[in-house]
Amino acid sequence: MTIFRIILLALPLISLQAFAGWDDVNMSPGATALGQEIFGLHMTIFWICFAIGVAVLGAMAFILFKYRKKEGVEAAKFDDSTFLEFTWTILFALILIGMSIPATITMIRAYDDTEGDINILITGHQWKWQYEYIEDEVSFFSNLSTSLDERNNLAPKGENYLLEVDEHLVIPTGARIRFLITANDVIHSWWVPDFAIKQDAIPGFVNTGWTQVNEPGIFRGQCTELCGQYHGYMPIVVEAVSPDEYKEFIIQKKEAKLQQAALTEKLWTTEELMAMGEGVYQKNCVACHQVNGEGLAPVFPALAGSDIVMNDKARQIEILMEGVQGAAMQSYAEQLTEVEIAAVITYTRKSWGNDASGTGEIVAPKEILDYKTNKL
Amino acid sequence: MSAVIESHHDDHHHGPAKGFSRWLYTTNHKDIGSLYLWFSFIMLFVGGAMAMVIRAELFEPGSQIVSPEFYNQMVTNHGLIMVFGVIMPAFVGLANWMIPMQIGAPDMALPRLNNLSFWILPAAFGVLLSTFLMEGGAPNFGWTFYAPLSTEYAPPTVTFFIFAVHIMGASSIMGSINIITTILNMRAPGMTLMKMPLFVWSWLITAYLLIAVMPVLAGAVTMMLMDIHFGTSFFSAAGGGDPVLFQHVFWFFGHPEVYIMILPAFGIVSHIIETFSRKPIFGYSSMVYAIASIALLSFVVWAHHMFTVGMPIAGELFFMYSTMLIAIPTGVKVFNWLSTMFKGSLTFETPMLFAIAFVALFTIGGLSGLMLAIAPADFQYHDTYFVVAHFHYVLVPGALFSIVAAVYYWLPKWTGYMYDEVLGKTHFWLSFISVNLTFFPMHFVGLAGMPRRIPDYAMQFADYNMIVSVGAFLFGLSQLLFLFNVLKCVYYGKSATAEVWEGAKGKGLEWTVDSPAPYHTFETSPDLTNPQTNN
Repeated sequence: MTIFRIILLALPLISLQAFAGWDDVNMSPGATALGQEIFGLHMTIFWICFAIGVAVLGAMAFILFKYRKKEGVEAAKFDDSTFLEFTWTILFALILIGMSIPATITMIRAYDDTEGDINILITGHQWKWQYEYIEDEVSFFSNLSTSLDERNNLAPKGENYLLEVDEHLVIPTGARIRFLITANDVIHSWWVPDFAIKQDAIPGFVNTGWTQVNEPGIFRGQCTELCGQYHGYMPIVVEAVSPDEYKEFIIQKKEAKLQQAALTEKLWTTEELMAMGEGVYQKNCVACHQVNGEGLAPVFPALAGSDIVMNDKARQIEILMEGVQGAAMQSYAEQLTEVEIAAVITYTRKSWGNDASGTGEIVAPKEILDYKTNKL
Repeated sequence: MSAVIESHHDDHHHGPAKGFSRWLYTTNHKDIGSLYLWFSFIMLFVGGAMAMVIRAELFEPGSQIVSPEFYNQMVTNHGLIMVFGVIMPAFVGLANWMIPMQIGAPDMALPRLNNLSFWILPAAFGVLLSTFLMEGGAPNFGWTFYAPLSTEYAPPTVTFFIFAVHIMGASSIMGSINIITTILNMRAPGMTLMKMPLFVWSWLITAYLLIAVMPVLAGAVTMMLMDIHFGTSFFSAAGGGDPVLFQHVFWFFGHPEVYIMILPAFGIVSHIIETFSRKPIFGYSSMVYAIASIALLSFVVWAHHMFTVGMPIAGELFFMYSTMLIAIPTGVKVFNWLSTMFKGSLTFETPMLFAIAFVALFTIGGLSGLMLAIAPADFQYHDTYFVVAHFHYVLVPGALFSIVAAVYYWLPKWTGYMYDEVLGKTHFWLSFISVNLTFFPMHFVGLAGMPRRIPDYAMQFADYNMIVSVGAFLFGLSQLLFLFNVLKCVYYGKSATAEVWEGAKGKGLEWTVDSPAPYHTFETSPDLTNPQTNN
């Protein structure tokens, strides 16, 4: 029976070999100096714990085998030994002191929060990340890009299933990047295993983390604090590029911002707004309000047949721009462009029969811009 | 005069009343113990069914059987039920049955309070489970219910959840008051504190922990209630409050709480190991001091659950060191159990098998706990399946196995019948294999980067998740065997002797009374002042 036990205990170790390389069963070895250091610390602690485990379980297996009553052993009578109690207490204390020294050194190194060459403000939203390059005044949102069909098993799953986004967080190699991490609604947590950064994103707080990547590459992570129903669907993708490519990326982002302003001034047709609005709706609204506009009672109200959506244009614009206090509805003024907001409002006013019973009025991007201007 | 006659007349009613009113009105510690244990057993299958839903959803990548929203409700209620509805009531049930019998008392000190503290428990879980039928669904914010997800962003049923938690807390506090009062006042003459059985010691300390931290939990949920309904902003940053405050308050309750779920297990396992080793427990007094030190330390380690919230480095280091210290008394206990078995004369009946598995697998859970204590490494472990593996190793093959062991160990004393040993061993081996199949691979996917509480996962975690799910289904099914074995014992078991286990008579007062234990035991206290009567 005892041998059976040993085999059982060893089974998980055998399966290590059987399934895959160590990548699938161990921590990321780290793509940064800090990542590598924490990986090293993890392996040190692991081997110490492994050795203790083998010693204790080995001793136990020996005792269980040797002192079976079947073999006719008589039980001894002793029930205490002050010497032994003291010895192993001191032994444990020494092992722990040995472990705490490297841990403390690594901890101090991880807690370096001096300013970076580039400072990026990361804001967690339900259920997407916002990245703001503070020095360059560039800001964008990063959404999961895995299709609903893949998630619902209607299409084959890609290699980066659930770990892919529409907009990568692009950083230059060789620079010290400091992340300032916060949240807009509930608590999220920003984790990129290769950087060994996991910092909670907490509304009202700004936490910091830093990294310096020396080789170009793509690094993937996920939100690690339960933040509501789509907690599993807000991944992080960081792309490290050469400083030149990084400059190019920032210039592109700035140009895109100017183009957006031009688009707002343009005259849009209903068809154009509807086409764009449907896309915006699929990406930003279906999670709560559902594809059919029915919502999910009682937390997420229906848009189909809603009085505001059918008849009260001003109030609908206000909700999109300001969010709803005390409810899950957030402000989209920052997340979407004026054109996108106008388009998605138009889409909801003209879909699900809303235009039949309501006014079905379209909203022009200019009206959203006016709202913003008047507020200032 | 008539009063005397009447009371004399009452003396003939030794047995219990009949029917449902026996259970509703009972003040008998054995009846209430059985009620607690059956309640816990039923909730084990309710919470277990939720675990099955979770594992079915995670069987393969992609959406399987439930929506992400319902998945979160399953995760939340699985945790709440297993903690507050299974492990804690089972330990209280064992305390009710065994503490009076182990200290030579006729009953608990406060029998009516005892009745109340049990009967409000089904009410609390009735309230909690009824939220599944309400608009907005059951609580979906995890058993740790971090604000503001559990306040501003919670479904409206959160108010029922708060009410349920309040009732559970009241039940626990009343139970603890009763246990402390019983232990301190009703021990047989001659049973000094340092002669008390270890299960009694472990419960005395646990009861103090409960009284210390349950009001803290009540405070946390009350602040939530105020935030939700009365316009306060304790946990809302927009109103000047602090979401991190919630976590500090919660874990100041939460960490002692996890020791509440393991300390009585230490007592149980000590009894079983000494009985089946046919040797006295090694280092009795160091066992007592170890339990007491673990309990005291549990008040100063709470923020190790919060290494990633952005504490100052002094805080990180303090909570890292204090957490590592817990390894010392825990290690002492493991070594004492090994030394008890060393040079013993071991047999492997079902309770002993579960107790041995407890020691081995609790050691694994303890070592992963030590790894988690290392704050910089915890940046990588935190909120991944590595943590899920760790706490399931200490709670399932830890706390739950100790309860199963206790049931097999004392069932003959409770019912007067032996359980089926072959079935018991089958139950053990199936549980032992499947529990490792379920929880060991979680270490791997956790280290490889799988966050906890997600309803779907990336492709590289697929193989191990399937193994975990298969293990979980097997573990769930195996527990039906346990239910069957208990029922078979009650209805068709062979009669047990008073001693039940070879040489058990010297291992505690409960083995000196008949099997089944009469409805009233120790109406006159046994006198232990003379060491001769001890055996």
